[in-house]
Amino acid sequence: MPAGSIEEGLSQAKEIIGKYPREQRFLLAALQDIQKHYNYLPREALALVQEHFSVPMSRLYSMATFYKALTLKPKGKYVIKVCDGTACHIRGSSLLVEELQRLLRIAPGETTTDGKFSLETVNCLGSCAIAPVMVINDQYYGRVTTAAVGKILEDLEAKE
Amino acid sequence: MLMFKRKPVKTVLVCCGTGCLANNSRAIYEGLKKRIEESGARASIRPVTKATGCNGLCERGPIVKIQPDDIFYCGVKATDVDEIFERSVLNDEIITRLLYLDSSTGERVKSHRDTEFYKRQHKIALRNIGEIDPASIDDYIERDGYRALEKVLTTMSPQEVIDEIEKSGLRGRGGAGFPTGVKWKQCARVDVFPKYVVCNGDEGDPGAFMDRSIMEGDPHSVIEGMLICAYAIGAERGFIYIRDEYALALKNMAAALEEARKRGFLGRNILQKGMNFDIEIVRGGGAFVCGESTALMASIEGRVGEPRVKYIRSVERGLWDKPTVLNNVETWANVPVIINRGAQWFRSIGSEGSPGTKVFSLVGKVKNTGLIEVPMGITLREIIFSIGGGIPRDREFKAVQTGGPSGGCIPKELLDLPVDFDSLTESGSMMGSGGMIVMDETTCMVEVARYYLQFLAEESCGKCVPCREGIKQMLGILEDICAGRGREGDIELLLDIGATLQEAALCGLGKTAPNPVLSTIRYFREEYREHIQNKYCPAGVCKELTVFYIDQEACRGCGLCAQKCPLGAISGERRRTYTIDETKCIKCGQCRDTCRFGAVKNRGRRHDNNH
Ligand SMILES: Cc1cc2nc3c(=O)[nH]c(=O)nc-3n(C[C@H](O)[C@H](O)[C@H](O)COP(=O)(O)O)c2cc1C
Ligand code: FES
Repeated sequence: MPAGSIEEGLSQAKEIIGKYPREQRFLLAALQDIQKHYNYLPREALALVQEHFSVPMSRLYSMATFYKALTLKPKGKYVIKVCDGTACHIRGSSLLVEELQRLLRIAPGETTTDGKFSLETVNCLGSCAIAPVMVINDQYYGRVTTAAVGKILEDLEAKE
Repeated sequence: MLMFKRKPVKTVLVCCGTGCLANNSRAIYEGLKKRIEESGARASIRPVTKATGCNGLCERGPIVKIQPDDIFYCGVKATDVDEIFERSVLNDEIITRLLYLDSSTGERVKSHRDTEFYKRQHKIALRNIGEIDPASIDDYIERDGYRALEKVLTTMSPQEVIDEIEKSGLRGRGGAGFPTGVKWKQCARVDVFPKYVVCNGDEGDPGAFMDRSIMEGDPHSVIEGMLICAYAIGAERGFIYIRDEYALALKNMAAALEEARKRGFLGRNILQKGMNFDIEIVRGGGAFVCGESTALMASIEGRVGEPRVKYIRSVERGLWDKPTVLNNVETWANVPVIINRGAQWFRSIGSEGSPGTKVFSLVGKVKNTGLIEVPMGITLREIIFSIGGGIPRDREFKAVQTGGPSGGCIPKELLDLPVDFDSLTESGSMMGSGGMIVMDETTCMVEVARYYLQFLAEESCGKCVPCREGIKQMLGILEDICAGRGREGDIELLLDIGATLQEAALCGLGKTAPNPVLSTIRYFREEYREHIQNKYCPAGVCKELTVFYIDQEACRGCGLCAQKCPLGAISGERRRTYTIDETKCIKCGQCRDTCRFGAVKNRGRRHDNNH
């Protein structure tokens, strides 16, 4: 995932925000773009947003916590999304989540301390036919079994 | 060399809907495209390859169709590309092994139109999906696209448009089934400008993907529908609200808007008829409540998406307090067809109270999963058993869930229920936006109720107390029941809190939140009792209430279960019998799913003393 690092400076964030007129209705879009670029909302970037749109910081935090697409913490290199849509759920997706929790020792919404993996559950990915479904970055895995989960993680570790 | 600009003799359509993409259809598309381009002028035919939207039969994907012969290949692999090209594109041969295997007849059929899955469908909203390249406005135009717009601009007054939609009886496909024509009429009557047209593409139901498929596979049909409404009510700006996770829908919709502008269907002085209208995309932030119309408008305005009280009507004071018509994606996609073919024609399809068709994403424990579009009034039995092909491994059908988190579970006694807005509501469920999840004997109804409540607890915006607290309380009780801590009186308490929520919650989220619980109690009370009194989960889903064992009489000693067990908790000897070490078992149920003899059984905790 081509995530920008905060070290490379805030010029990217400035550029992203600069694209939008100073109107409230573009606030969410600007935050989403920053999220896409950095994989989360860095404090420093939020300060720029605040300035650009002239809104209080508390507003930005309430947006960031309300909308699921926004996060205040950085995500891992591999973002593992387990679909817990209804079709996946009744075909055992929660067992996959449990297995991942056991192997990675993190709960959904968390990132491993080495910054390698983030675990998330998401709603329907539109691939219910191959439920249960898991997506790691952009790679889809269909009909995943508890046994396959360990194998998939091993393959990723091996690539490192 | 003579260069004739001939129409391609063959067209190769590769499904690139989300389901097929997940099955690697992009590689197949690229492969076929490359072969066709390389062969270029040498071949006497000029096939084109198109990446289409979802064909519906996601279960058998990736899907490749070859026109004009209507050959339908499924389960295609990248390694099949060469053979398809040689035999079916260059020549007219059919590769039998790739044809669709009809599970009901055991025969392979050449065209998808001959399958049971397709025969009973009637495509209106999905008319172009799987047939056209969503990136090509010409493909859309070739199939009557933008003809309805031209028709209204040249031959109909705004009032006539509204009358036609009202006469058609079209009801909103986003859930509540409000008559679309009435909504437009109310908005047209208000003499305040500017007015807005909004498309709800938030699709919050966690188990459904109809609207996504339409936005991905046929974006122009939505744009044309919105244009027709804009003309009817006198709006100049429109918004399409799409969830941010729907990357392909966002991309295809943005490209379609751009094309439509280039061709003069959007912008100023549309089709030289003096109409001005343009559409912007707004990306949703992923919150279920934002699918509710007033919350969605708040979100477009750049605020936190909280709903507001209902007595202020959006048709009068919607987006930025201006008159606004908001409809669902599928509703919009129906509009151009109604204009082209007339209200009379539309009324001839479907049932009296619910004319037309409905798109469902038919998923779960059913053989053919995917998107379907059926005339209203069709029975659940037809959908699940004729189109869906029944339950895999011939397990017993238990229930079907419709309406997503606002809906409920319908049991097998009601399989002959006609599917329309009113009868589904009567059954304690609702139409919703079109999720249809089939459940079999291995699905626990209490756990399903818990699942939806958990979803809703996370999604409740917290603005009103009944919803925020009520859902939390109900969830707590359900969690207890599933974990073996259920108590006498729990069922009654759930019913009580549920009734309060229905009365007192601010918006539709809270008012309908108890439905999954109330409907499962109504039809599956016995299963709740088993959990509470006997500490037994008949479906073998709730872990605390499940103990798997292998019936030594039924076991044939094939050893498949032992191979599948991720914990190595099953031991035994081939051709004799196997046993499960209960101390190691994590109750994932893989052994039960694998066993072909039904030897893996669940005795629950109640019999602990006997063993
Ligand atoms: C909690 C909640 C979530 C909703 N989610 C959606 C949704 O995802 N998509 C949708 O079209 N309508 C959704 N609706 C219904 C909308 O409020 C609205 O009725 C609908 O979009 C109107 O369009 P229609 O008349 O064409 O159906 C939701 C309603 C509620 C109460
Ligand atoms: S529910 Fe998981 S892909 Fe649809």
